[in-house]
Amino acid sequence: VNTLSEKYSQEITQILEKYPPDQKRAAVMPLLYLAQRDKNYVTKQSMEEIAEILGISSTEVASIVGFYSLYYDQASGKYHIQVCTDLPCALRGAEQFLEKLCENLGIRIGGTTPDGLVTVEHVMCLAGCDKAPMFQVQSGEGIAYHENQTVESAMELIDQFRAQEKRP
Amino acid sequence: MSDEQSHPEYILLRHRGIPDLDNLEVYRQQGGFEAWQKAVTSLKPDEVTNEVKASGLRGRGGAGFPTGVKWSFIDNKNWPHYVVANADESEPGTFKDREIMERNPFQFLEGVAICAYAIQAQTAYVYLRGEFWQIASTLDRQIAAMRAAGFLGENLFGTDYSLNIYTHLGAGAYICGEETAMLESLEGKLGQPRLRPPFPPSYGAFGKPTVVNNVETLTNVPMIIARGAEWYHTIGTPKSPGPKIFSLSGCVNRPGNYELPLGTTFRELIFEHGGGIPDGRNVKAIMAAGASSSLIVANEAALDTPMDYESVPNVGAQLGSASVIVIDDSVGIDWLINKTIHFFRHESCGKCTPCREGTFWMMHLTDRIVSGKAGWSDVELLQEVADQIKGKNLCALGDFSTEAVLSGIERFKIDFEKAVGANNLETKPQLEHA
Repeated sequence: VNTLSEKYSQEITQILEKYPPDQKRAAVMPLLYLAQRDKNYVTKQSMEEIAEILGISSTEVASIVGFYSLYYDQASGKYHIQVCTDLPCALRGAEQFLEKLCENLGIRIGGTTPDGLVTVEHVMCLAGCDKAPMFQVQSGEGIAYHENQTVESAMELIDQFRAQEKRP
Repeated sequence: MSDEQSHPEYILLRHRGIPDLDNLEVYRQQGGFEAWQKAVTSLKPDEVTNEVKASGLRGRGGAGFPTGVKWSFIDNKNWPHYVVANADESEPGTFKDREIMERNPFQFLEGVAICAYAIQAQTAYVYLRGEFWQIASTLDRQIAAMRAAGFLGENLFGTDYSLNIYTHLGAGAYICGEETAMLESLEGKLGQPRLRPPFPPSYGAFGKPTVVNNVETLTNVPMIIARGAEWYHTIGTPKSPGPKIFSLSGCVNRPGNYELPLGTTFRELIFEHGGGIPDGRNVKAIMAAGASSSLIVANEAALDTPMDYESVPNVGAQLGSASVIVIDDSVGIDWLINKTIHFFRHESCGKCTPCREGTFWMMHLTDRIVSGKAGWSDVELLQEVADQIKGKNLCALGDFSTEAVLSGIERFKIDFEKAVGANNLETKPQLEHA
């Protein structure tokens, strides 16, 4: 049983319609996003199901997951706070921001909070150089940018995530 | 800001003068889609290409290749044709395409459409970096709005021409900004560059003739068709006509995007528009093309250099995507190249050995230098490794990784001497694995 096909048949049809009928493989990246939104990471089973939909091997699907940095093949924090520390952001204090934020959360850079909710890590340039320090939050809902940040504003955001989780 | 009120007419960042330009009706009231209708109903595809050729518009993604010339290379013996808009914007220091797509999306989409008509493509893709997830979902709605208003779809304006535009999201890989890696990625493969030739106008997406253009490039097109090539030449310089969005970042009081004519000087951008350097510091170096840039020594002559495709090479650099990173005199260039090399090491796709291995070793050498553990022979070895990377790869990423390294050591030698400090200048390099 292909659970992805069953659960998202309409979305999958719409994705496949974007590409030439004899080039189904082109749909691998959007389908991986679909699978990742569903389970918060790409499971082995989803890779096999995507391979089946596209008529390619699951090894080929896994190679895509491995190559591109926005796909996760294992579970981690629900919210990934990814701080850009590339040159233009670093010139505006992004490295100190990242260090202080992690210090406040009591984790190392790349670590996850004890409640398993938030992972804080470095990321490569996000095209927000003029509004550093800045980060993106990756979660099941997608990706959101947060710019002109301070440690205080970032901590407030994390408190909001925590409050959301407690809500029944 | 007074800068906004006194600014001459915006061509690309038109939303700064017109509120709600991302609303289709507002865009339409401002003359939007008139160029699109004019092209499809009254111009032959060749005439559109020739107008763009005559305008002298050059690719804004970095290479500066003449846009109309690229369109004219399309292979008319092989069909179908495709347009792929490069919205991968991943160069550190570049954030202009994001503003266009977020605030003036219809002008960009109109440019995509006109390009598609010129090469008679019936399908166009907008390839966005994965992080632009929100922009992609907004663009999907805007594309649907264009369809509903009769600006996309079948039999446009009562002709037999049809066009659909789709978005395609990458997933976090700088290399996909390179056009052939982007095409591989669009096809659902690893984003690794292809051997060229053949170039995309003969062998592109799905093996078919394809034009790949940057977002900003395409956003210029509607105004060129509406007002003509002659008007376009009234802006900029004879060889680099038109407006350019300069993304200004780093050690500057007012970082941001500035739309100015090509040929504006570094001094005007950094001091007049950018408000100068914070904390009373001095400008030490400039990177004009983001992290891929050579380091320009910011002396008086360099500051007075016009930012166009011909003049920037005179100060030993390239204009590229015009992502101007300002570096003040508190910054050590040894630290700076360590930052850029970490980026390129992470983003090297691994296909070509000199780039894959070279960026790895440059990272270790610069880590060593910046931590004060290096001898001068490490600096020499770094130079040697960079020289070995140059010119030996399928795409430009490898070369880009060496620009700041080689120009930094050559032009800011004293920073490296300081970093090496009292260490034995004869020390043989001892590299450790990560």
